[in-house]
Amino acid sequence: MKEFLMIFRNEFTPDRKPTAEQLQASIKQWQDWMGGIAAQGKFIGTNRLTSEGAKVMKPNNVVTDGPYAELKEIVGGYLLINAEDFDQALKLAEGCPIFHVGGSVEVREVIPMTM
Amino acid sequence: MTEDQLISQLYKTEYRKIVSVLCKLFGIARIEIAEDISNDTFLLASETWKLKGVPENPAAWLYIVAKNKTKDYFKRHKNFTEKISVDLKNDQTDFESPEVDLSPENISDSQLKMIFAVCNPVISTEAQIGLALRILCGFGINEIADAFLSNKETINKRLFRAKEILRKENSAIEFPGEAEIPKRLETVLTTLYLLFNEGYYSTNQTNTIHKEFCLEAMRLTYLLLENESTNLPIVNALMSLMCFQASRLEARTSEAGEHILYDEQDQRLWNDELISRGNHFLIASAKGQEISKYHLEASIAYWHSTKTANPDKWENILQLYNKLLQIDYSPIVALNRTYALSKATGKVVAIVEAEKLKLEDNHLYFSLLGNLYTDVDNEKALKNYREAVRLAPKNADKQVLDKIIHELEVEKG
Repeated sequence: MKEFLMIFRNEFTPDRKPTAEQLQASIKQWQDWMGGIAAQGKFIGTNRLTSEGAKVMKPNNVVTDGPYAELKEIVGGYLLINAEDFDQALKLAEGCPIFHVGGSVEVREVIPMTM
Repeated sequence: MTEDQLISQLYKTEYRKIVSVLCKLFGIARIEIAEDISNDTFLLASETWKLKGVPENPAAWLYIVAKNKTKDYFKRHKNFTEKISVDLKNDQTDFESPEVDLSPENISDSQLKMIFAVCNPVISTEAQIGLALRILCGFGINEIADAFLSNKETINKRLFRAKEILRKENSAIEFPGEAEIPKRLETVLTTLYLLFNEGYYSTNQTNTIHKEFCLEAMRLTYLLLENESTNLPIVNALMSLMCFQASRLEARTSEAGEHILYDEQDQRLWNDELISRGNHFLIASAKGQEISKYHLEASIAYWHSTKTANPDKWENILQLYNKLLQIDYSPIVALNRTYALSKATGKVVAIVEAEKLKLEDNHLYFSLLGNLYTDVDNEKALKNYREAVRLAPKNADKQVLDKIIHELEVEKG
């Protein structure tokens, strides 16, 4: 069993303010999707990232306000999973709710650090 | 009531008190001496009461005998040691018989401390449950062997080995410090949870002892709640779960000892008092930030204990299972989550999700698929149910499944 990281990318839309119902529906979609992965015993951990107040540090301690000047997409969160191989990891990404809003899932294999 | 019945009843309620008090007094290394003195006390009761009749206050009689036997033990021990070791003569204090305090306060204090002493991760979880049943609940070796479908020798060996390890470890029988409580409590709660489940999910339903396992697990959990520093949200969550589950103890077994599925239970047999206790502890568990698996399981059990139809019931249960799986995966929870999904979203979606689980050595997996395919594709339903019968380890399970298969076949004509 290997570990894979799913990175969720989405268009940066700071002006969109979802209603409480929309938010609720979105939470349900994500929970059902991740519940399905967890039901297969493949779930390790997940987190969402806030898009507010993001800072980027560049060489020489130059801090800028977020990566948004150059990028249209931002990372909204990540999910760490177990899978036999890359194909299985990709299969698990199917049905991710990010696709409903035009986003994408980047799947990367984790290389364990040998100390 | 005959003397024998009275003695076995007192053994149930008093043995565990005497043995805990003596263990705390002697230390974990002398756990066997505490057991011997407690057993000898009951042996003497049985002999004496047959000849002279039952005393006016049988429990008090037992306490006095236990105290005297402790004094005798220390006297004998002293004589023996004095003969073989002159050096130790000067060390008189070591041989003074300690005062055996069988007051209600010291009994609960001793039992509480013994819970922590027995639920020690240095011994296997199986051994912890065995020792808990023996020392904290006062079950006999035969009863424990029956419950685990094992024999007396195996259980004796298991407990003996566990006591050896505890003796070598020789940790003090004491209440853990404030900072240590959460970590130590984790082991304790796991053992109490498993003890409860041992009773609740045992397929050996005709045996009434399993119901007692549930009640004993609840009694020990309640001991933790009565103590201020262990009356924590997570303990309330476990207690809530146990109350909700136990509320259906009477409804889930027929008089013939057959298992009755949830949907077919007579709701009038659900215990309302326990459901309302469950609600009480669930509210008490909601303090603080932590959401443990016990919180989630108690909340699921809460929904299962609601009698009135609520359109959101299965959606709520599904979301709780989604969260539970993310913190604590197990095949049975995965299957239950998929069943909730079928109730909340429909069978077609659930079939797709179920077939991803691939728990192909588990009869419950095929019986879930059988359930989901029923009325969608009855041929496939039958095929899955038959596979479930083939894999089911217990006859009781096979019987339930055979009945369903029969009904499906009749319908098919």
